[in-house]
Amino acid sequence: MAATAPGTGSDTATAAGAPRRLATVTPENLRRRYRRDRFMIGLLVLATAAVLVPLLIIVWYVVSNGISAVLTADFYTQDLGSPARALQGRPTGLGHTILGTMVVDGLALLIAVPIGVGAGIMLSEFPDHPLNPVLRVLNDTLNGMPAILKGLLAFSLIVKPMGTFSGISGAVALAFVMLPIVARATEGVLRIIPWSIREAGLALGLPRWRVVLNTVLPAARVGVVTGVLIAFARAAGEAAPLLFTSFGNNFFSSTPLRYLLGPVDTLPARLYSLAISPYREWHAMGWGAGVILLVLVIVTFVGTRIVTRQRRATEL
Amino acid sequence: MDLAFTARDLVRRPTHPIYRRLGDRVFQVVVVALGLSIVALALLLAQVLLVDGWEPLRRFGFFGFLTGTTWDPVRGIHGTWPFIVGTLITAVASLALSFFPAIGVAIFSAEYAPRWLASIVDTIVDLLAAVPSVVVGIWGIFVLVPLMQNHVYLPVYFWAFEHAPGLLPVLGPPAGYNLITATIVLALMIVPYTTALARDAIRLVPRSQREAARALGATRWEVMRMAVLPYARGAITAGAILSFGRAIGETMAVAMLVGNSNTLPFTLFGPAATMPSVIVNEFREAVEDLHLASLMTVGFYLFLISLTVNLIAAWLQRKLAVGGRAL
Amino acid sequence: MEPMPHADDAPATAAATPATDAVSNRVVLATPKPQDAGQGDARATVAAEAVTRLVTDRITVNYGKTVGVRDVSLAFRDKTVTALIGPSGCGKTTFLRALNRMHDLTRGVKVTGKAVLDGTDIYANGVDPVTIRRRIGMVFQKPTPFPTMSIYDNVVAGLKLVGIRNRALLDEVAERSLRQAALWDEVKNRLRAPAGGISGGQQQRLSIARALAVEAEVLLMDEPTSSLDPQSTMRIEELIHELKHDVMIIIVTHNMQQAARVSDYTAFFYEGDLIEVADTNTMFTNPREQRTNDYITGRFG
Repeated sequence: MAATAPGTGSDTATAAGAPRRLATVTPENLRRRYRRDRFMIGLLVLATAAVLVPLLIIVWYVVSNGISAVLTADFYTQDLGSPARALQGRPTGLGHTILGTMVVDGLALLIAVPIGVGAGIMLSEFPDHPLNPVLRVLNDTLNGMPAILKGLLAFSLIVKPMGTFSGISGAVALAFVMLPIVARATEGVLRIIPWSIREAGLALGLPRWRVVLNTVLPAARVGVVTGVLIAFARAAGEAAPLLFTSFGNNFFSSTPLRYLLGPVDTLPARLYSLAISPYREWHAMGWGAGVILLVLVIVTFVGTRIVTRQRRATEL
Repeated sequence: MDLAFTARDLVRRPTHPIYRRLGDRVFQVVVVALGLSIVALALLLAQVLLVDGWEPLRRFGFFGFLTGTTWDPVRGIHGTWPFIVGTLITAVASLALSFFPAIGVAIFSAEYAPRWLASIVDTIVDLLAAVPSVVVGIWGIFVLVPLMQNHVYLPVYFWAFEHAPGLLPVLGPPAGYNLITATIVLALMIVPYTTALARDAIRLVPRSQREAARALGATRWEVMRMAVLPYARGAITAGAILSFGRAIGETMAVAMLVGNSNTLPFTLFGPAATMPSVIVNEFREAVEDLHLASLMTVGFYLFLISLTVNLIAAWLQRKLAVGGRAL
Repeated sequence: MEPMPHADDAPATAAATPATDAVSNRVVLATPKPQDAGQGDARATVAAEAVTRLVTDRITVNYGKTVGVRDVSLAFRDKTVTALIGPSGCGKTTFLRALNRMHDLTRGVKVTGKAVLDGTDIYANGVDPVTIRRRIGMVFQKPTPFPTMSIYDNVVAGLKLVGIRNRALLDEVAERSLRQAALWDEVKNRLRAPAGGISGGQQQRLSIARALAVEAEVLLMDEPTSSLDPQSTMRIEELIHELKHDVMIIIVTHNMQQAARVSDYTAFFYEGDLIEVADTNTMFTNPREQRTNDYITGRFG
């Protein structure tokens, strides 16, 4: 901190012979600048707290309100049934919801990963393809589209012709959400792989497709997996697309096939229904669903960090 | 890099030229088909929304449906204007609310915080982006709404009742589910998009710029203001617009917290609606074909707005970037 | 001219009228000998009564465990050009940066010793580094205009920091500084143009103008022409010849010919130590130390 500012009081001439004007700049000006500096630091810390604290609050509330539901066996083994069941205190749970989520999300992955990785390969391995710029722009556009629109698309394409809500349509809607993320991540990570690896494979006489599938893709597997994980976490939390596709179900489905061909319960959509319902018992289970979703998200998050750190460690 | 097999394994089979060419051809066809399916998907999205939402457009006209203020499923009259107003208000307000805190966090993390603290802050911000909208929504319903209602809406309403009854129409019935609650939650959710882009851009500002500013006699904050932030302005703007785009499309938390009103004017404390929220809230009850089609058309408008915002973001970022590189 | 004494020199080596500095009586100055005038422009224009304004006393810079420079004591005279030369990694840039407290910004770097400007140690407690950096300006190897600002705004950036807002005053100072930096004629019609749009040589002169605008009394130059083409290099060197009448210049350069061309005094650094300092003429024709001779004759470096 400036107690003395050497030179601010001198009267000697400046370089060009003009009187030193900055000599009239007072130490008060300097103090003001330092005060402003300190003020800004305070403001920045405040801003950081204002952003971080609410998240911690949300997590705290979800966990504390949902933990009791989540720690019962019924939560995982029972289905929901009618409101009367919960009101009468008979066993209810979200077992069918968890099952439905696994089916729908799993199927969505199965659809989205091959297509997304394929698109990523096209963008990076065939960089001269005339449709690449179009693909890139449209992919980024899709990425920024609200998920609800993708749900409406799946509704029109699948639910309407099928005449019923279904797990398949839900999976397709979620795949629409995952696709652009996977494609973008795959292209990004493939592009970083040095061209010399491809040249080495080609020099050995390998056909192009072997080079990509057997040398380039394995080298990029960490990045691709990370992209898939991120896409999965994103889609697993989406409720809007599922409201018009898989819709929801209060019961376990009668046959395994019904999970695909009939309405299916999923965690995000169910959370929404429970939260806006008028029954307190259902609210409690809603918090429980929230806990599961948060755990899912955090585990995926941590997973991607671990995977990336591993890659960095072995890439020396 | 770890090749899990030796080159000899690969080359053991004679690479017959036909095998090679056929393989390559098939591979290319498959890969391009997969890539094209994304193109098809994007185009399909536009087309389906337009086709399914065609009837209301035909009946009310593109601009008629856009600016119509009546949304009455019973009488069969639909106009999107209330929802556009709701969307714009919440998106603009949430951006305004979140912008400076988001930049503040970015600056704090990129410039001022020691590395261990910066990585914690970054992790929490990224986590914020990952929290599902419905989870924020349920928290909003049971925690934020009662809080706001008891500490803000009701007190202000009663105060106005006593001292400024002229304000009551503007304030509206304090139900707790309104534009303000939705905006608060929205602001929180869109922070990470601005922060992530800003923080990376700030970190990328060359050391030489900071040194030049320091060498001129600038204090720490002055270096930020004079040299670093202007240099990163392209990415900061892109982040803001990205946040804005997310705010427009954010569905679940808003649907759960904004109330459910179809008619303008919206009041501050009373129920309102946005384009995504009306689709969610009315889809299941849409019995009339026209009603359903109208919701599709709202989706189409949402698509157009989202597309425009994304394109503007990309253009602006290119324009404002230093040296033509996207920073 | 008599050589500028190395810190270890005994006062007795000065032949002409010795004068001792208030900081340390190990540092001794001497007045220039008349017969040396005329050997090259730089020497001829050194004023006989050039005053010592900047003196360092055992400056040592540590990066963690490694030593950047060790115990460097040098005296610099006003209105002269001093070149710091030496092979890569010898510490010349590290020493230069210590002179305007640039090392304050880097974590893990420790500076000990004193650097006294006009009688005040800039490293003393209570001395404001922000003001120091205004008085001791720096020009970097790569020209660093602020690309989002216009040429005009770049020049007056430092003034605005200090709170000067008067348009007329800013205009006047801008013109004065740009003239001093020999850039005025080239940019006077496009002062509002973005600073990133001018050539590298012009950008470097802009950086110089920027430092001059805040009335820097000392100009530190860290290899200012190493990223420029020969044409621009020559212009900057000419500029240095003119500027030295107004400001003290200390220039780090890896180009010995440049040092010989522009400087009045030269200091040779090697592996963190100051090996020798002398007036440039003596340094390049008859250095005292063997290592200096080896470096100058190109045996290493």
